[in-house]
Amino acid sequence: MDVLHLTLYVAGDTPRSRQAMANLERICADLLGGQARCATVDVLDNPEVADVERILTTPTLIRESPTPRRRVTGDLSDPQRVLAALGFSSLPPHQTR
Amino acid sequence: MTPSATRNTTPATVAKIRTGITGFDSISEGGLTQGRATLVAGTAGSAKTVFAVNYLAAGIMQANEAGVFVTFEDSVADVRRNVLGFGWDIAKWEKEGKWAFVDAAPDAEGPIAVVGEYDLGGLLARIEHAVKRIGAKRVSLDSLNALFVQFKDHAMLRAELFRITSSLKRMGITVLFTGERIQEYGEVTRYGIEEFVADNVVILRNNLEDERRRRTVEILKMRGATHQRGEFPFTLTSGSGIVVIPLSQIELTQSSSTVRVTSGVKELDRMCGGGFFRDSVILASGASGTGKTLLVTQFMSGGYKAKERCLLFAFEESKDQLFRNAAAWGMDFAGMEKKERLMVVNRYPHAMAMEDHLVEMQQLIDEFKPNRVAVDSLSALERVSSLRGFREFVISLTSTLKKKETAALFTSTSPSLLGGTSVTEKHISTLTDSIILLRYVETFGTMRRALVVLKMRGSQHDDAIREYTIDGKGMHIGDRLSAISGVLSGHTTFEGE
Repeated sequence: MDVLHLTLYVAGDTPRSRQAMANLERICADLLGGQARCATVDVLDNPEVADVERILTTPTLIRESPTPRRRVTGDLSDPQRVLAALGFSSLPPHQTR
Repeated sequence: MTPSATRNTTPATVAKIRTGITGFDSISEGGLTQGRATLVAGTAGSAKTVFAVNYLAAGIMQANEAGVFVTFEDSVADVRRNVLGFGWDIAKWEKEGKWAFVDAAPDAEGPIAVVGEYDLGGLLARIEHAVKRIGAKRVSLDSLNALFVQFKDHAMLRAELFRITSSLKRMGITVLFTGERIQEYGEVTRYGIEEFVADNVVILRNNLEDERRRRTVEILKMRGATHQRGEFPFTLTSGSGIVVIPLSQIELTQSSSTVRVTSGVKELDRMCGGGFFRDSVILASGASGTGKTLLVTQFMSGGYKAKERCLLFAFEESKDQLFRNAAAWGMDFAGMEKKERLMVVNRYPHAMAMEDHLVEMQQLIDEFKPNRVAVDSLSALERVSSLRGFREFVISLTSTLKKKETAALFTSTSPSLLGGTSVTEKHISTLTDSIILLRYVETFGTMRRALVVLKMRGSQHDDAIREYTIDGKGMHIGDRLSAISGVLSGHTTFEGE
């Protein structure tokens, strides 16, 4: 099974950015069993990366791999819907709960 | 309320930057207000994107100001390709660091899922980065509607668009964004964009009038600055993009020169008190075959002999025909053209819209710098235009000619052979300085011709109705047609009847 790579794009250190990072952390720990590799990119520091990835809205979470790539935008406040948007119709098999 | 809160601050006049869009700086009395945001709204196909691109292109070409183009709808490749025809090489400007795209077109990866709260922080960061990277002074965003289709949280979008424009304005950027309208008249935009972000509102229209498309631009509001009111026609040309035709205060200008130039017909000069004024516009009206084209030919030839530069716009006859006729009257148009003091431009009236004819004619007048211009005939052009469009055409052309102190002879064909007036006359007679009527007169089994100078602004003129003949050397004006009355109306009566 390919490792799940996720990148979270935020714009600056705002309450909304922190909220999204915290939510993503919890999703990774609780639902993805710590199997996902998560990175965070601040578009204010890396606007070129935001150009390449065509980031419009923030926060935006991108499932980089395995393909197909998928995007979710928002503060990720509903874990189940985040998983569905990332392409997991049910919880992934390696969940520990 | 504290006294300081009620204190009136003297409103400083808002500075404007010239957009460089042809004619727009005239109707906006100097361009767009600097450091403000302008909404350009229009229905589908009203040339909003062209306007948005033109704004940046003109900035680069005329003011050496870099620009950022944010595209929400068309792909970057499409924008580059679509405007090449206007002579705008965006790819080249990108290489030179004068143009930057922010690609915000819908993603190929499909619709984006939304979970929780979000904003346009990513977009703002990218726009700001692009502005700083190339030192942009202008930003175009095209078109905001695509955002409203893509994202359902319209309250968020409104707040974020306000944040983006505020941020750009703080950076000293003059912002232009486009929005779509549903109908030509009614609310400004579908999503009410103007209310929360626009200092200025410009409306582009693409109306169907008398079965013809007519593009107009109207400045609806410009906060803190004056501008011309109402709709102004515009056209799209391959060389310069948008060309707005300003019609400001034009009707008030009248001939003021006292210098006379020859009409090309000696007797006619005498009837006019010594010739036409150098900056006057003359309308010659008559039925088919009365000699209007001859008058034009002599007008051109007379100018040529007086060492003037002469420009003829012919809408009825081909060049061959014109040159052959001129040759038959002893005038060598081909030779005159070779010496580059005569230019004959033949156009088919239906080949272009009225505005395009006008823009081309004005360009040719600018380039050739004629001392005199003839248009044969205005009636031919009238047939391809709405009445309003035609009147605007005449106003605008007349104004161009007067500003350059160019004498002009326009012809108009009256529909009935005897007497009568043409529609052309009715609508433009007030715009011309002189009117010459050419008429057929039926007398006891013979058709004769008569001419009268009906009006001559600022000068005495012969008010006799004179007979004239046409032979191999041209037009010859003779004596007063005595013993006949009713020539002008076409109902002639004879003395003793």
